[in-house]
Amino acid sequence: METLIPILAAAVRSGTPILYATLGEIVTEKAGIMNIGLEGIMLMGALTGFSATLSTGRPWLGLSAAFAVGACLGLIHAFLSVTLGSNQVVCGLAMTMFGGGASALMGRNQVGMTIKGMAPLDIPVLSELPILGRVFFSQDIMVYISFILVFFLVFFLRCTRPGMDLRAVGDNPRAADAMGLPVARIRCTYAILGAGLVALGGAYMSVVYNKFWAESMTAGRGWIAVAMVIFAVWNPMRAALGAYLFGGVDAFQLRLQAAGTSVPTPLLMMLPYILTILVLVFISIGKGRKISLSAPSALGVPFYREERD
Amino acid sequence: MKKFVMLSLACCFCTMAGAVFAAPVPVEEINPGYMYLGPVGDGGWTYSQEIGRLAVDAAFPALKSAIVESVPEGPESVPIMERLIRQNKSKLIFACSFGYMDFVQDVAKKYPDTTFMHVSGYKRADNVGTLFGRMYEPRYLSGLVAGNASKSGNIGYVAAHPIPEVIRMINAFALGVRKVNPNATVKVIWLFSWFDPGKEKEAAKALIDAGCDVIAMHADTGAVAQACEEAKTYVIGYNNDMTKYAPTMQLTAPIWNWEKLFAPVVQQVADGTWKSEAIWLGMNSGAVDLAPFGPGVPEDVRKLVDDEKADIISGKQKVFAGPIKDQSGKVIVKDGEAMSDDDIWSMGWFVEGIVGDIPK
Repeated sequence: METLIPILAAAVRSGTPILYATLGEIVTEKAGIMNIGLEGIMLMGALTGFSATLSTGRPWLGLSAAFAVGACLGLIHAFLSVTLGSNQVVCGLAMTMFGGGASALMGRNQVGMTIKGMAPLDIPVLSELPILGRVFFSQDIMVYISFILVFFLVFFLRCTRPGMDLRAVGDNPRAADAMGLPVARIRCTYAILGAGLVALGGAYMSVVYNKFWAESMTAGRGWIAVAMVIFAVWNPMRAALGAYLFGGVDAFQLRLQAAGTSVPTPLLMMLPYILTILVLVFISIGKGRKISLSAPSALGVPFYREERD
Repeated sequence: MKKFVMLSLACCFCTMAGAVFAAPVPVEEINPGYMYLGPVGDGGWTYSQEIGRLAVDAAFPALKSAIVESVPEGPESVPIMERLIRQNKSKLIFACSFGYMDFVQDVAKKYPDTTFMHVSGYKRADNVGTLFGRMYEPRYLSGLVAGNASKSGNIGYVAAHPIPEVIRMINAFALGVRKVNPNATVKVIWLFSWFDPGKEKEAAKALIDAGCDVIAMHADTGAVAQACEEAKTYVIGYNNDMTKYAPTMQLTAPIWNWEKLFAPVVQQVADGTWKSEAIWLGMNSGAVDLAPFGPGVPEDVRKLVDDEKADIISGKQKVFAGPIKDQSGKVIVKDGEAMSDDDIWSMGWFVEGIVGDIPK
């Protein structure tokens, strides 16, 4: 058990950036907008968070700035995909390239600098719980916020009026429109908020976890998050599970190596991807059953009020 | 037999052709093109090459160089090189990573008037040379420092990919460690990635948790150094001085001075004296070196390392000189013998004292 705790703690730590990005994408996709530009938005978030922290010395300002920049990118995506009704996959790809390139260009003079970042914070009482305490409650504040966010989103999507509106515009925008909901406005709002969360995931890497900026430092985590949304079948709780699984597999194989055991590492690293493919298969063959019900049915389909189906 | 004749004929032809196009190129017409593996902002491998390029440009003011960053080690690199040659009029291409090897060969056949220098590869042609530094020399010296600093005798090594370049350096490092600390072991973790700061940091943490008190690394960012600074564990950096990431805990770092590798090639092309060869520069050229010692290195160790460095530079001491045993204890290099460059180049086994496997 003692050897397992650091692995689990590492899983939570390295899963957190993926979790933020996945939660952001779930919010966006539940509203019917597909944004596959997570990698670019995360990178912009990482750069913004780092530079704002570097110049102000306050990690909180850095994280807020990252959220704001992510929201701006979300606004651009919303404008393109909701207002103009353009192809969302193409928009997302453009966002990836834009974010990657722009962050590289603007971050050029920040390479090699470091910040103090955010120190871990043990939660009193909770951190003394056996096992759970050291795995979940001896982390940093951003990890705790992600816990709260997961529960909040579950509650919000299931039990609140705005949450149901959000699901309605993603599932059946025409019916939502007939109900009198402002479909375009709701979609834009959540595309913007979602992208903000995605950017926080990137900023977590540069402000809290790595405390430096390096180009392309998210190293594909944005793409993992895109897959993770499907793995989680649009459920925030499962997103947390999936993100920690991804983080955990890495932490586990690294520690197995450190323990001197020879493991087929590439095989272990394939595991989460295999699981994602399996989930995709289940979704496809389970059409109409419970699992596919959580997929927003109007995902990626632009809605024009004036048009008839 | 027939094949052999063909091959010899081809060789003759190549040497003749080589003699033909070694015409001097005016510096302002060389337009060297650099094809980089990573972004110049990676803070490691590509970053150190970019610093080298800027130094070369400063040394040859008439030079107009161009770079392309983040070029994948695949067929995508072919149009990149062709664009450098056609649009940028590059007469000299530096392909700065191992994986470009076969694509450089393909493009070089198509453009016989352009000179190609492939970093870290071994395939040459009449207009393709290879270029690398004997990084294993400073690696060995950094091993001496690490072996001295380790109290537990448990040293960690975060390694990128199981390829000869990386294996060679782990071996050199371990030889240095064991020279001063004969019972110490070097524990290797493979990342299977050159560039992933998150994973690099997690690997360092795993080694620290496993009881390692000095960590060396072969990856592209400062994440390992940073993890060590946070955990107050000694670290040996790589690529360039990583003091910024570990101001108190970096002992030293084997570093690249790429301008010492790039500049002579530019000069040769300008003079028309360039010929296809395998350039493998050691510490005597300054192409590879050790970063200044950190505060954790005591005076006697500094002296020891400086002495050994002088011996390596003078050629008195060879890093891969026998007796060297492999992990199973079998003697691979006998006492009094030294490994040939070819054997060093293609090393695929671990020396005694390393804990870990080389994945097949």
